[in-house]
Amino acid sequence: MSEKIASRVAYGKALCEFGNNPDIVALDADLASCTMSVNFAEQYPERFYNIGIAEANMIDIAAGFAATGKIAFCHSFAMFTAGRGYDQIRNCVAYPHLNVKVVGSHAGLTVGEDGATHQCIEDVSLMRTIPDMTVVIPCDARETREAVKAMIAYDGPCYLRTSRLAVEEITDRVKDYKFELGKGIILKEGRDVTIAAYGIMVQKAYAAAEELEKEGISARVINLHTMKPFDKELILASAKETGAIVTVEEHNIIGGLGSAVSEVIAENVLVPVERVGVEDEFGHSGPAEALLERYGLTVENIVGKAKSAIERKAGKK
Amino acid sequence: MDIEKKRDLERIAVKIRKESLQAIKTAGSGHVGGSFSIAELLSVLYFHEMHIDPENPKMEDRDRFVLSKGHCAPAVYAALAIKGFFPMEDLATLRRIDSYLSGHIEMKHVPGVDMSAGSLGQGLSAAVGMALSAKTYQKGYRTYCILGDGELQEGQVWEAAMSAGKFKLDNLVAIVDSNKLQLDGTVEEIMSPLPIDKKFESFGWNTITINGHDVTQIAKALGQAREKKGIPTAIIAETTKGKGCSVFENQVRFHGGRPTEAEFHIAFKELDSRRKELEG
Repeated sequence: MSEKIASRVAYGKALCEFGNNPDIVALDADLASCTMSVNFAEQYPERFYNIGIAEANMIDIAAGFAATGKIAFCHSFAMFTAGRGYDQIRNCVAYPHLNVKVVGSHAGLTVGEDGATHQCIEDVSLMRTIPDMTVVIPCDARETREAVKAMIAYDGPCYLRTSRLAVEEITDRVKDYKFELGKGIILKEGRDVTIAAYGIMVQKAYAAAEELEKEGISARVINLHTMKPFDKELILASAKETGAIVTVEEHNIIGGLGSAVSEVIAENVLVPVERVGVEDEFGHSGPAEALLERYGLTVENIVGKAKSAIERKAGKK
Repeated sequence: MDIEKKRDLERIAVKIRKESLQAIKTAGSGHVGGSFSIAELLSVLYFHEMHIDPENPKMEDRDRFVLSKGHCAPAVYAALAIKGFFPMEDLATLRRIDSYLSGHIEMKHVPGVDMSAGSLGQGLSAAVGMALSAKTYQKGYRTYCILGDGELQEGQVWEAAMSAGKFKLDNLVAIVDSNKLQLDGTVEEIMSPLPIDKKFESFGWNTITINGHDVTQIAKALGQAREKKGIPTAIIAETTKGKGCSVFENQVRFHGGRPTEAEFHIAFKELDSRRKELEG
């Protein structure tokens, strides 16, 4: 098994790697050593600004930079960029279509012991409902690098969600891995059910598919790294080809991937959809894995939902 | 400033009022009071101070302007049209569904607008970003931001003030349109930001308090801001909401309320006689 790396760590390296583009500036709100914008700060101090604990100000300063033709990356925990900065992102970044890249690190439950105030399980929902926003959630280190590269190439507002929890490489399961904004990736082929996931739940989705395989169930695994623009074609094709879908996300069950898939399915092809996510409750302090366990974000739960979806497909439920 | 220039700027301020009022009348809604209180500020900025080119609205080294109190877009649209950024007749399309002139200031579709605003408290931060960008990339342009005094109740304004002080943005000028009224009443009654100058000073700003309807004082203050090195300047412009028309002046209801036909009539008449006075 490959070394486990958190996407925030991979992000810090990637921003540095592509930071030689002189138009890139980076801003942080006193969490640079957590969001890992610190790497860029060390390498390009003349293009890095610590705005202090003032996320709203940071996001609009980034908008100001972008309005002068720069690519402005701004960083804090997801709770404080997507959460506290929602109005700023909506009105001064997305509405004027400015080239601001908002990074929300430490997203979801797996920020861990800091507890519910820091565990943002609403960011994907908040960001994907903003018109013109691009929302990206990479699943491993390699995908994080590719996501950063693609976001720089794209001239427009983006939200990137990164995580604190270190996870193993999973994109290496597919031969010709290619990252493209708005295009999901089939990580594993399957016939009986599709398991769709993003971020650190992709690994669990894959593990669930392997479990199912032991029982003779063929599950397709798709990695939907871009929540917006959403890859409807892949969802619909998978719905038609496998007849059942399970969504998995480290996010509130409301408003995220489960909702996005349900929206697409309800309007097009009726197949059973089962959703795995945080069941509309706040998080708690604790170790990341224990939290995933407590809130049902487990391989076991995914396996159960997959079977349930297959049963519904067969009209048994 | 010579007499001719002064009169010119005053004439333009009257024109800004007249054109924005006409646009608001045609639209059926819009913010008269705050549009009128910034007419001289806009006249001096657009026709005396700022380095801009209507033929080349995206010119890289242009001075930047942010209307943080974005609801006063009609006055800025009028200034832009008079300056030649777009046809005067387009002002009549304000707020219309098929128009590019939205109710609040908007940068994506309107030539000459550098930042969208409307959700109060955000413009100064964006202006800080523009000024910081100029510092970072050694550009000579200056950035101007007009805020309302009621808007100073938004905490983010002070986050922005703190950061401009820290980054020593002497290429940034904040202009507070201190017209003393907001939607629900007087600024002082509702939530007083006074003393405004002391607050900015405590965040490391140079401050200048002026009569915001005196074009000479405005131009002089902007000149002083230019000379002041190492710190940003806040100009506290003491103004009258609805300035220039007796029926609108100091009336809370004309923050966003629609004048009656009779009130429009009086207002246009007064603006006309003021125009004639300046031409005479």
